[in-house]
Amino acid sequence: MTLYVFYFLSFVAIFSALLVVFSKNPIYSVLYLIVTFFAIAGHYILLNAQFLAVVHVIVYAGAIMVLFLYVIMLLNLNHEDEPHKKNLAKIAAVICGGILMTVLVGTLRGASQAIPRTGGDIGYVKTLGRILFTEFLLPFEISSILLLAAMVGVVMVGKTDTKKTTVDINEPNNQ
Amino acid sequence: MKIPIDYYIWLSAVLFGIGVLGVLYRRNAIIIFACIELMLNAVNLLMVAFSSQLNDSRGQVFVFFIMAVAAAEVAVGLAILVMMYRKTKSVDIDILNRLKG
Repeated sequence: MTLYVFYFLSFVAIFSALLVVFSKNPIYSVLYLIVTFFAIAGHYILLNAQFLAVVHVIVYAGAIMVLFLYVIMLLNLNHEDEPHKKNLAKIAAVICGGILMTVLVGTLRGASQAIPRTGGDIGYVKTLGRILFTEFLLPFEISSILLLAAMVGVVMVGKTDTKKTTVDINEPNNQ
Repeated sequence: MKIPIDYYIWLSAVLFGIGVLGVLYRRNAIIIFACIELMLNAVNLLMVAFSSQLNDSRGQVFVFFIMAVAAAEVAVGLAILVMMYRKTKSVDIDILNRLKG
């Protein structure tokens, strides 16, 4: 039963990931990416990481994908007349991706000898919180600084244009 | 029953390969960002799979940090993209390759 659920979720994830790449319309690409993220969240539940599944859905499907869709709507990109690469570049891209995939699988195949230790409640909030706030406290604080820096940076990047227009309005001939 | 770790390795490798393929294949910068997210998620899935296999919570904590970094990266990247679109009226990666102000 678990194996069938795994096969189904894997099929959904890979199929919609392929559709992300090959959809003409950017809106459809992002929507298929949301489907992929839900399939991966299903995998997390299957792997006994329930809290991580919920966080994954909230952060990715709820925040990051909304940001993507918002930008696409804001820039009015939901049309299909995007120029494509040359056929040679496409074939080279497919060959490169396939070779990388083969190398990854070939490298990681020997990992099946890892001894599976069953049992335990590693996915629960209690366990994760204890480790996060004792052993990984410093990286946790540093990641909060990273988020703050990203927020300030985004505000600065977004503000340059308005600053320039005010300068242009005040002194029209300074260029 | 427990699913063998090999299956997750295959799935993650395929997802990562699809992400690389998308980065190389498309010219739309937003789709390239989406494919980078796909690659990050493939790594996250493999990390959770090994964490479950080895019965160790540290892998899942690493996935938290990857999510935080991914959120910051997407916010900054999309802001840069919006600014580029205001200047060049395009998100085509071949037009953005000059990176001159």
